[in-house]
Amino acid sequence: MNLRHLYVLVATLVVIGVSAFSYKVTRLGFPILPDTSSQLWTVEARIEFMRYTPGPAKVALEVPTNPVGFGVLNEHFVSRGYGVSIREEDNRREALWAIRRVQGDQAVYYRLSLFRDQDAKPPRGADAFPPVPELEEPYASALAMVISEVREESADVATFTGTLLRRVRNATADDNVALLLEDADTPIQRAEVARMLLAGARIPARVLQALPLTSDTRQVAMTSWLAVHNGTQWLYFDPASGEQSLPRDLFIWSWDSANVMSVSGGTGERIEFWVTRELEDALSVAKRRATSHGSRIVDFSLLDLPLQTQSVYSILIMIPIGALLVVLMRNIVGVRTFGTFLPVLVALAFRESQLISGILLFSLLVAIGLGVRFYLERLHLLLVPRLAAVLIVVVLMMAAVSVLSYRLGLEIGLSVALFPMVILTMVIERMSVVWEERGPADAIQEGLGSLLVAALVYGVMNIDLIRHITFVFPEVLLIVLGIVLLLGRYTGYRLTDLRRFRVLTKNTPAPGAD
Amino acid sequence: MFAQLHKAGVMGLNARNADFIALENPRRLYPAVDDKLLTKALAIKHGVPAPELYGTLSAPHDIRDLPTLVEQRQAFVIKPAHGSGGDGIVVIDSHRNGRYRTCSGRIYAWGELSHHLANMINGQFSLGGHPDQAMVEYRVRFDPVFNTVCYLGVPDIRIIVYRGYPVMSMVRLPTRASDGKANLHQGALGAGICLATGRTINGVLVNEYIEEHPDTGMDVVGIDIPYWEQMLNMAARCYELTGLGYLGVDLVLDAHHGPLMLELNARPGLNIQIANGRGLLSRLERIKQVEPGEKTAEERVALAQEWFRHAA
Repeated sequence: MNLRHLYVLVATLVVIGVSAFSYKVTRLGFPILPDTSSQLWTVEARIEFMRYTPGPAKVALEVPTNPVGFGVLNEHFVSRGYGVSIREEDNRREALWAIRRVQGDQAVYYRLSLFRDQDAKPPRGADAFPPVPELEEPYASALAMVISEVREESADVATFTGTLLRRVRNATADDNVALLLEDADTPIQRAEVARMLLAGARIPARVLQALPLTSDTRQVAMTSWLAVHNGTQWLYFDPASGEQSLPRDLFIWSWDSANVMSVSGGTGERIEFWVTRELEDALSVAKRRATSHGSRIVDFSLLDLPLQTQSVYSILIMIPIGALLVVLMRNIVGVRTFGTFLPVLVALAFRESQLISGILLFSLLVAIGLGVRFYLERLHLLLVPRLAAVLIVVVLMMAAVSVLSYRLGLEIGLSVALFPMVILTMVIERMSVVWEERGPADAIQEGLGSLLVAALVYGVMNIDLIRHITFVFPEVLLIVLGIVLLLGRYTGYRLTDLRRFRVLTKNTPAPGAD
Repeated sequence: MFAQLHKAGVMGLNARNADFIALENPRRLYPAVDDKLLTKALAIKHGVPAPELYGTLSAPHDIRDLPTLVEQRQAFVIKPAHGSGGDGIVVIDSHRNGRYRTCSGRIYAWGELSHHLANMINGQFSLGGHPDQAMVEYRVRFDPVFNTVCYLGVPDIRIIVYRGYPVMSMVRLPTRASDGKANLHQGALGAGICLATGRTINGVLVNEYIEEHPDTGMDVVGIDIPYWEQMLNMAARCYELTGLGYLGVDLVLDAHHGPLMLELNARPGLNIQIANGRGLLSRLERIKQVEPGEKTAEERVALAQEWFRHAA
């Protein structure tokens, strides 16, 4: 027997199980703990305008495409009577609302749900190197001056941008920059000036419009941000402070400084952004996230089954855990049980009946069954008819227990119907044979062993975490399989061996040649 | 805790199952030991003496043939061909007018006995509950050597044979508590036997060392077992008989026929270690070092007796 073969097999199983598990946890964000919730933001853009005379109106809104650091769960376009279309060109998406004839106050809404997705990459590659802006004097000289000064104080694109932004921020001290900032009043305009300066150094840069996502519901305003491409990737800068950063909660709406919204056929247009954070079941977010990743793993998982089948599998998938426990209890501890996996089935029945009443019902059924079996023994029946007779009596008893307990108002008695009756019959038969052949002590000991293991299996199956993990990550069962295979070659002692051979440990063995 | 057992060389159930039974005993060879009818046929073929078979009852309607089968004989034994652990065995000492008296004095009416036989044929005592056959065979008249230390029943001698080498042995003495049965877990007394000398060295009753039989009060230590060499040779030959590398051979000593092979066991129990006051592992390791080669049963027995000698 080659043990290496077994170890390789076990290692393979464990590696497959662990990697599928960790892929689902880290990449797809499946929650390890049950009932975890994920953050889910709803961002709503509300556009309002006025049309005094009846006539057509058109609203265009640039909407986000593949935002950095976030995934889009869904998006909705809400309006009254408007036709909606989406226009997509050059990494830019625009939603268009249009209506033939309208009058009075108008409002259209755009709403999208976001979840955090660390893997979401910038939607675009590098822009072409921008041409040096052609400015009139004295602006051209000021630009050249600033660029050469900043270049002196920096080493690469990142430090150049940082230094430049700080110069822009502290503009009053610097004539050249102040000159260029002459007309820039808003942060977005100042960011545009910074972009122009970067273009002077032929560095591709973009002014972004972004929304800070908050944890409570509130109106937020667009802030401007700066993205600079250093030849390999986009770097993000806060134009106000000059620091290189992209806050986790900053949601990039547009890769352009142009107004995201335009209205034709109306006046007094306004746009408001509202952010709401919700906590949603992490599992359903993970499922949708996996779909948005294009991962097929969810399509072929238990989560994709009809709900009723899912509930069946959520129980079935626990059986291997029970089997593992039985292996541990029998081969490591050495508890004797009736029927190898009977305790697992009994534990499943306990799920419905609760532990204490389950044990009581089980003991009651076995006790009455044993009594009937001993009585039948006196009738000298053949084996199979006798088994059938015990089975019939067991079923009748189960019915009687249910009816009686229902009459007494004990709901719990109804769950007796879930006991595996055929197995129960075999237990009664086995127990009565052991009772006769080896005495009541052995029979009761084995019966108690079965109950003990069943209670243990029930306890473990009832741990929410284990239920959740086996159901969401069935690949964990490959690890369980590996452990069971390893235990199959466990040749050490059982705990009960200690008791059994205690005589041999106490006495020094008689002197001998070996 | 475990270290102490390990130091004593004790073999646990897991080690027996995984390292010896699973490796040395291929499944396909099991019928030779699990089917006692086949065992008996093989024993005759290989010249290993076994109790004479009077007849087999294969179907419920065969049961009524039993009285004619045992008409000429007072004592006989009924056992399931596929039984295990001594379950279902009935030892009849005498019978008259449809009433059967067992060795422990219990009286079976014909109806009870035939019900027992029907259960047996239906597989109540067989491994896995398959339909079975009931064997009716010679009831051993045990040798008087054990008269002083045996309460009813048949005292039998268990020899563990590993790759054809006897490694450990004990005699199992029925007690009142075991109802004449020779299984240690049913309360029989076990006494280790020195392989080299054939003398009992140690008595164990339900996990306690004892020196005297609980029912007769006689010494169980220091009994010299007659025909010892012959028994070891028979046991060693059972390796060729079955092909099983790890084997328990059960022998009885008959007053008229000498040693008889009663049954073989492909999963012999571990209590023999308790009866001998020592573990099996070191002895099994010793055999493992032997170059596999063609040795006769006698040569193997001689080697084993040289290696596994209890001092004193």
